[in-house]
Amino acid sequence: MQELIKFTDVKKSYGSTVALSNINLAIEQGKIIGLLGPNGSGKTTLIKLANGLLQPTEGTVLINGYLPGIQTKKIISYLPENTYLNDWMRVGDIIEFFKDFYSDFNQEKSFDMLRSLGIDKNNKLKTLSKGTKEKLQLVLVMSRNSQLYLLDEPIGGVDPAARDYILNTIIANYNENSTVVISTHLISDVEKVLDEIIFLSKGEITLQGSVDNIRQQHGKSIDELFREVFKC
Amino acid sequence: MSWKFDNSFPIYLQIIERIKLLIASEKWKPGEKIDPVRELAFQIGVNPNTVQRALSELEREGLIYSVRTSGRFVTENTALIKKTREKIAEEKIRDFFEFLFDLGYSSEDIDSILSAKINEFKRGE
Repeated sequence: MQELIKFTDVKKSYGSTVALSNINLAIEQGKIIGLLGPNGSGKTTLIKLANGLLQPTEGTVLINGYLPGIQTKKIISYLPENTYLNDWMRVGDIIEFFKDFYSDFNQEKSFDMLRSLGIDKNNKLKTLSKGTKEKLQLVLVMSRNSQLYLLDEPIGGVDPAARDYILNTIIANYNENSTVVISTHLISDVEKVLDEIIFLSKGEITLQGSVDNIRQQHGKSIDELFREVFKC
Repeated sequence: MSWKFDNSFPIYLQIIERIKLLIASEKWKPGEKIDPVRELAFQIGVNPNTVQRALSELEREGLIYSVRTSGRFVTENTALIKKTREKIAEEKIRDFFEFLFDLGYSSEDIDSILSAKINEFKRGE
């Protein structure tokens, strides 16, 4: 199977602060991966390296065989941790904007999702709550037919019902050619949709593997294991 | 409507158990076509690869078979379905007895409780 994401001896430091070190990673197509770790463990840095927003200090990052750049932006749909949408726009304008911007944007799908989530196309962004803005952003990201979805904390700010909807959307959207990477610390909510997990601790990968194998090996849920490994 | 799972136990194994139950009780009829993996995964609320893994295992056990290009079906081997059903019942019965023995009941106690209770739990026959 083709490796969609490949990190080789990657290190990233911000000045004297080391955010990630010794990262060796190979992620295949057709997987839903949980990137799990406590606050400040390097989850966002890892995602930003994968989509080219950051450059590694050492080592190489390859996406589908390419260095992050124009080639890879086409195939990556990225949900950042914070919103970047313009407040003065209407929901419908943003949809148009995305449709113009990305050739793989499926407008029909975005309308369906907005309807299910009860978001009105005519609303101005300024009037939306923080949670609704997050939902909208996820709609935009998941409406693209991408090969790689990088979702940085997609469910952190939304209510449990919408969380279920979002996770179902991720499952429904799944196909053998695309991979979804979800960074989160809401593990119990996401663990049933994951294939594999990556535990990040202080910038290093401490555990990686198939979710069901890890459950079998440790006799506990990923959530319980996380609480044990990262006990404060 | 998604299924409930115990997250401390491999989910594909739990899916296998549930599907065995559906087949043994003939809620999934012999020879019936099974929904495609993606659809099933969506209904169950889990990752499609997990469903795939469970179905492959069931296929290996002969409870499910696949036909190229047309999908997966429940076995028509009624002897195997019957055997599966008996095995599930036997496990339940063993758990039941172990539980009652642990609780301090003797086999005589259980025997008399059972004959007294069987009428109470009888379903409209």
